[in-house]
Amino acid sequence: MAEKLKFELVSPERLLMSGDVKQVTVPGSEGEFGVLPSHAPVLSTLRPGIIDVVGDDGKQDRIFVRGGFAEVNPAGLTVLAEEAIHMDDLDAEALAQQIRNAEEDVTDATDDAKRQEAQETLDQLKQLQSAL
Amino acid sequence: MPSLKDLRNRIASVKATQKITKAMQMVAAAKLRRAQEAAEAARPYSQRMASVLANLSAAMEGRDDAPPLLAGTAKTDNHLLLVCTAERGLCGGFNSSIAKLAREHADDLISEGKTVQILCVGKKGFDALKRLHGQRIIDTINLRGVRQIGFVNAHDIASRVLEMFDNGEFDICTLFYSEFKSVISQVPTAQRLIPSQVEAEAEVEPLDLAGAIYDYEPDETEILETLLPRNVAIQIFRALLENAASEQGARMSAMDNATRNAGEMIDKLTLSYNRQRQAQITKELIEIISGAEAL
Repeated sequence: MAEKLKFELVSPERLLMSGDVKQVTVPGSEGEFGVLPSHAPVLSTLRPGIIDVVGDDGKQDRIFVRGGFAEVNPAGLTVLAEEAIHMDDLDAEALAQQIRNAEEDVTDATDDAKRQEAQETLDQLKQLQSAL
Repeated sequence: MPSLKDLRNRIASVKATQKITKAMQMVAAAKLRRAQEAAEAARPYSQRMASVLANLSAAMEGRDDAPPLLAGTAKTDNHLLLVCTAERGLCGGFNSSIAKLAREHADDLISEGKTVQILCVGKKGFDALKRLHGQRIIDTINLRGVRQIGFVNAHDIASRVLEMFDNGEFDICTLFYSEFKSVISQVPTAQRLIPSQVEAEAEVEPLDLAGAIYDYEPDETEILETLLPRNVAIQIFRALLENAASEQGARMSAMDNATRNAGEMIDKLTLSYNRQRQAQITKELIEIISGAEAL
């Protein structure tokens, strides 16, 4: 496949990744989707999950993101992550801390909608912990 | 005429001051570099955000179900001024120029008969505004203990502002901060935060989608509803970072001036000290000689 997908991952603090890749799997809020070169334009919100990047050289990168947006346009794929941690840097302890925070969110939630939202986040984090 | 001892003391104290200002200048220079790096690192995100938002709002154009954060509340009666300044002084005109801009803006709005509320970020802005607009200041957000501004800080401020917006406490929010142009030039800026101003920046070219239409997951309105509050947080974050860099830049040049002034003062004082010392020696000699002649 000659065509390359231009992929950019940015978090509020900095630009994390930028370059040409083969394929990216993005955890969209309505289901995971894979993005290949010349994908149709999509704008989607993200849920906490893992972005799977297959690099130009076939090398795999796994990055954990905590929500954000993904935009696919003819120029490429841009992921605006709320928070992004490379899986190599993610340790069990940091994750456990996140889970504790999420648990607090569930107990602090003021109404049902918020509680449900917080609960979903918590579930996803727990799933991630088991995947690790 | 100050005595020799007075002069000596003054020279010593000016020297001590000079040491302090010199040290502050060097600290500001080091901090400036870091602040500048942080501001530059955050730039890609806000640029991408702006382009996503521009695309999205272009798609929303002409629809009447646009969220109020984008379209406004159709009123312009209640204004919130979010004034971002530094926590510390000794940085030249940095704080006062932001406060001045905010004050003029507030005065204009008041003379037009609008209600104005002020939310200060940073102690210095509060200090500068409390005399004239004390009763309009609703709160001051303190970032004193924060060493490096993170997105969380901006997020906290944003959720506060958004909560007020949701409660209908204001219609238009304007953000005041100082834009970092260079070490010697920082421009106080007013930026409309709510309703969102979709910037028609030259660098964000509207993408030619060649007739392709975006797929939205979930639909446009829902995405906008999550995207817009984030955009508010991002804008505040950017303002805070620009401010941090500007503050250090302003402090650096202010302290550079102060160090140079102290140097000049030391030279002057040393000159008059030496003059007086010589005059005293001459006087003593005259006394001895005329004493010897009288014998």
